[in-house]
Amino acid sequence: MNEHELRVAKIRNGTVIDHVEGGQALNVLAILGIDGSEGLSVSVGMNVPSDRLGRKDVVKVEDRELSPSEVDVLSLIAPEATINIIREFDVAEKNRVTRPERVAGVLSCPNRNCITNADEPVETRFDVVPDGVRCDYCATVLRSDIAAHIDV
Amino acid sequence: MRQDHLITATQLSRADIEAVLDRARKVAADPSAYAGRHAGTVLALCFFEPSTRTRMSFDTAAKRLGIDTIDMGDVASSSVSKGESLADTVRVVEGYADALVLRHPSEGAATMAAEFVDAPVINAGDGAGQHPSQTLLDLHTIRENHGLDDLTVGIMGDLKYGRTVHSLAAALTNFDVRQHFVSPESLRLPRSVRFDLHEAGAQLREHTELEAVLSELDVLYVTRIQKERFPDENEYHRVAGEYRIDADTLADAADDLTVMHPLPRVDEIAPDVDDTDHARYFEQAHNGVPVRMALLDTLLEADDE
Repeated sequence: MNEHELRVAKIRNGTVIDHVEGGQALNVLAILGIDGSEGLSVSVGMNVPSDRLGRKDVVKVEDRELSPSEVDVLSLIAPEATINIIREFDVAEKNRVTRPERVAGVLSCPNRNCITNADEPVETRFDVVPDGVRCDYCATVLRSDIAAHIDV
Repeated sequence: MRQDHLITATQLSRADIEAVLDRARKVAADPSAYAGRHAGTVLALCFFEPSTRTRMSFDTAAKRLGIDTIDMGDVASSSVSKGESLADTVRVVEGYADALVLRHPSEGAATMAAEFVDAPVINAGDGAGQHPSQTLLDLHTIRENHGLDDLTVGIMGDLKYGRTVHSLAAALTNFDVRQHFVSPESLRLPRSVRFDLHEAGAQLREHTELEAVLSELDVLYVTRIQKERFPDENEYHRVAGEYRIDADTLADAADDLTVMHPLPRVDEIAPDVDDTDHARYFEQAHNGVPVRMALLDTLLEADDE
């Protein structure tokens, strides 16, 4: 992308999540729990041309770095994403997401009758299976609708 | 059995199952040899849902082993009605008992309970999830009648919500068994169970009519279709009627077909089947005692080591 095409400003400190599958940017923000109310400076590019993905989304968040559990869920909805940590306008770290074996505490179980939805003192836990995730407690399999069950 | 708890049938290997069933065979042959074997231990029967035979057969099995049992009484009059969490209840009960039998309306309840206590937890039914001790007695019944390999088993009725079905289907993948599932479209096996069966490389086929497969079966496992699964009563009566068997239905079946049912039945097996050589559901229910004795004996023995 050259300067002429640049649609969003560079950030000084924070995180750039790049190579997100087109259309998933708002779900990425949901995973990060960002809805604008926290006052963070956020830029979102949607359906930006990309050599690798054809169209991609980009999310830039000033003054915010990602926790490991956020990265885990991110990897489920945006497996091609790269996470760039920016310090003083430079890329200080560049990481590809990796698919975790399990994700804990970030997804709610879609089965309303699951014990994790019953006010018990437990965190949800899902095993990552070939085409989705699976609740460790009730064995419910969640596939394409993962983003709708993000609970952070 | 290598595990400390019995939570799902998917955790059971062929060796685990055979070890318990071998022991159940010995118990059934000579119950007096096991009398009083675990005197001084206490088993807590934690039933958050009504149960007759599971509760009574665990109680009987325990007593035959010399184990005292305690229970929570009616859930409506227990601390649960005051809003206590399951996690708290099982931690308190663990202080009273050496092992817990848990029946709960939520799927995953036993998995969670086992994370909070060290004493063995036996899942006696978690919502529409699993009921592995029932599966062990089902397998014992099948084994005593046919053996457990080179077998064709049909499972009919409510496959979606039937926890006995989910556990049995998973356990049968350990053996050379062809599984046929017969149900209305709306009550087919859930995705979670299908997932495990495919992972285990199960040989399975699904049907909407029993006639399609009846003559091939060695075992027909019938389950109850519950009224509350249908939006209206007419639809329930129409569907349930198609999955009811009587002595005439079984005219096309193999002579040595074994008909099983986890009970209670309502009208899915007509009383005239009781008088045929196919009927094994009362024998199956009675097997609950020696099999649960074998299970308790195994888990308590492992817990002592």
